[in-house]
Amino acid sequence: MAQALTRAMRDAMAEDPTVHVMGEDVGTLGGVFRITDGLAKEFGEERCTDTPLAEAGILGAAVGMAMYGLRPVVEMQFDAFAYPAFEQLISHVAKMRNRTRGAMPLPITIRVPYGGGIGGVEHHCDSSEAYYVATPGLHVVTPATVEDAYGLLRASIASDDPVVFLEPKRLYWSKADWRPEAPAAVPGIGKALVRRTGTSATLITYGPSLPVCLEAAEAAREEGWDLEVVDLRSLVPFDEDTVVESVRRTGRAVVVHEAGGFGGPGAEIAARVTERCFHHLEAPVLRVTGFDIPYPPPMLEKHHLPGVDRILDTVARLQWEN
Amino acid sequence: MTVQELPGAGASHRSTQPPAWSPRTDAAPLLPDPEPYRVLGTEAADRLDPELMRRCYAELVRGRRYNAQATALTKQGRLAVYPSTVGQEACEIAAALVLEEQDWLFPSYRDTLAAVARGLDPVQALTLLRGDWHTGYDPREHRIAPLSTPLATQLPHAVGLAHAARLRGDDVVALAMVGDGGTSEGDFHEALNFAAVWQAPVVFLVQNNGFAISVPLAKQTAAPTLAHKAVGYGMPGRLVDGNDIAAMHEVLSEAVRRARAGGGPTLIEAVTYRMEAHTNADDATRYRGDAEVEAWKAHDPVDLLERELTARGIIDEAAIQAVRDDAEAMAAALREGMNADPVVDPMDLFAHVYAEQTDRLREQAAMLRAELEAEDQA
Ligand SMILES: Cc1ncc(C[n+]2csc(CCOP(=O)(O)OP(=O)(O)O)c2C)c(N)n1
Repeated sequence: MAQALTRAMRDAMAEDPTVHVMGEDVGTLGGVFRITDGLAKEFGEERCTDTPLAEAGILGAAVGMAMYGLRPVVEMQFDAFAYPAFEQLISHVAKMRNRTRGAMPLPITIRVPYGGGIGGVEHHCDSSEAYYVATPGLHVVTPATVEDAYGLLRASIASDDPVVFLEPKRLYWSKADWRPEAPAAVPGIGKALVRRTGTSATLITYGPSLPVCLEAAEAAREEGWDLEVVDLRSLVPFDEDTVVESVRRTGRAVVVHEAGGFGGPGAEIAARVTERCFHHLEAPVLRVTGFDIPYPPPMLEKHHLPGVDRILDTVARLQWEN
Repeated sequence: MTVQELPGAGASHRSTQPPAWSPRTDAAPLLPDPEPYRVLGTEAADRLDPELMRRCYAELVRGRRYNAQATALTKQGRLAVYPSTVGQEACEIAAALVLEEQDWLFPSYRDTLAAVARGLDPVQALTLLRGDWHTGYDPREHRIAPLSTPLATQLPHAVGLAHAARLRGDDVVALAMVGDGGTSEGDFHEALNFAAVWQAPVVFLVQNNGFAISVPLAKQTAAPTLAHKAVGYGMPGRLVDGNDIAAMHEVLSEAVRRARAGGGPTLIEAVTYRMEAHTNADDATRYRGDAEVEAWKAHDPVDLLERELTARGIIDEAAIQAVRDDAEAMAAALREGMNADPVVDPMDLFAHVYAEQTDRLREQAAMLRAELEAEDQA
């Protein structure tokens, strides 16, 4: 996936001279995850810039650059280090189009490596998507496959609105048959995809939890469950129709994500599914999420992250009787 | 144990020398003079350009009248709030006058007057404070960023814009304004640092008007002056009398010239005073005494210039009257413009959130439309 992300920025920069990559260590080093590897060499330090170490400054400067017609792609080094930039994000990035009655859209892409499962110490594994999705004016997308990593990042950079691009860092090293010479295009932002068809229940998920859900779906076959898996790909906008259509067919739904459950995206999705599928549901919409705790130390994270067993236990509860 | 007592601090028994170290920049030329720079009432005033000073005078008088009119409009309920710049007009006007057409102004929430002096329609400039929309003008058309309410957050924008313009080879300078309180915000420091590292063509203008709402400068900073902060970032700091428009114009022009020539950013602290309350919601008697206000009254920016120009025969009674008449006409037009009830369209709530409406917003817009139609029928 890392390679696909790099390729997406490279192609965007080659096609459009207004695309600028900036952040901490993105130049010579190529980023701590090497996602910007080679960009400074190919496009120069003016197009791939090592900035001073200051997240509000980085995003604030990107706002000014976008005001002047550039398309900044900002890298936040880790999920929890994006927080200093939240004021810029919420007060300016998300609102500038609105404040100026559409006169000043801000085409900024903010790449945020997020989530756990990599044995990182504290402040390196937060799932911060709930903060972003609660902010009107932002798009929030997250790829779960190598192909989507390329396509969604291209779509994000091309978007005239700001996009928070959440990169599941434990999938950085995931390999897949992917042709960098001829990457497939992804339909624009806002389309969910059924990754696995099934008839007995729908797992609704995104980002790092997709592979876990697919594995759970395989395992569930032994229990006689034929699970459908929907990958949201985009949290804002939320492709309600794809989700609703699936749940109406299967009659049961479980939302799975790493972020805490209380006030997490799953709460919103469950509410929407309930509103629109009430008469089709055989059981309440259930959720499997991270606990409502600060991200745990590495030796405990396996107990926190939603895994196959917890998903299967929850699926079993869909045999609702009361 | 103090730092001095730590082993090694004396470096008396080292076997090897530490690696060579030299500071990145010579600090001396960056340091501000401890006394604010002044022109009016000094020998430097002999060099005044009469034409420019007449212009400044006319703008100052208009600015003062604008402040009075806008404040009156809050009392009539036409404006939700107006942060007055009475006493600070020289800073506001000079900031607008030193910029070329292609340059950008990044005002804070208090700087409506600077935007108007730059040529923005006075009614459009007040949209934010009247409440019919956040920004009543197209920033690109006027090269005035939206008035920023979150303190100091507009400063990194100015840096980014100036940097982008320079990357494109355009001759553009950004001038960003902030209050003394705003200099304590992280964004202030990040913006200065970015600007200096990038050598961006930016001028930072701090209006030190004594207070951040009720908090005096002494509780805001322990620095000798706010201008001194520049040195730590590697840019020149300048201290100037913010009530002396000739001095303001000179110092700002010099900074703009330097930025335009590729010399990088400057931090300017204008020492001035907020004569009125923070806004109409504030009670200034709780935190300052009359004596202080009276002392500053004697140093009024309009009077200062008027006295100097009259003494030098650059303006006379007739000229002064003409300027006042012109300001009166501006105020009348502003009153008239503001007395027309603004027309707002509730559907605008959804119009400018995203380039393309999301399903979610379409649904909510439909709900509001239905409510409005039901109201119409009732
Ligand atoms: C980030 C932020 N914190 C708090 C406020 C509330 N607030 C509005 S004005 C103000 C004081 C600002 O003082 P100063 O920067 O000196 O500017 P002045 O009002 O004197 O022009 C405060 C605290 C704000 N607008 N933004």
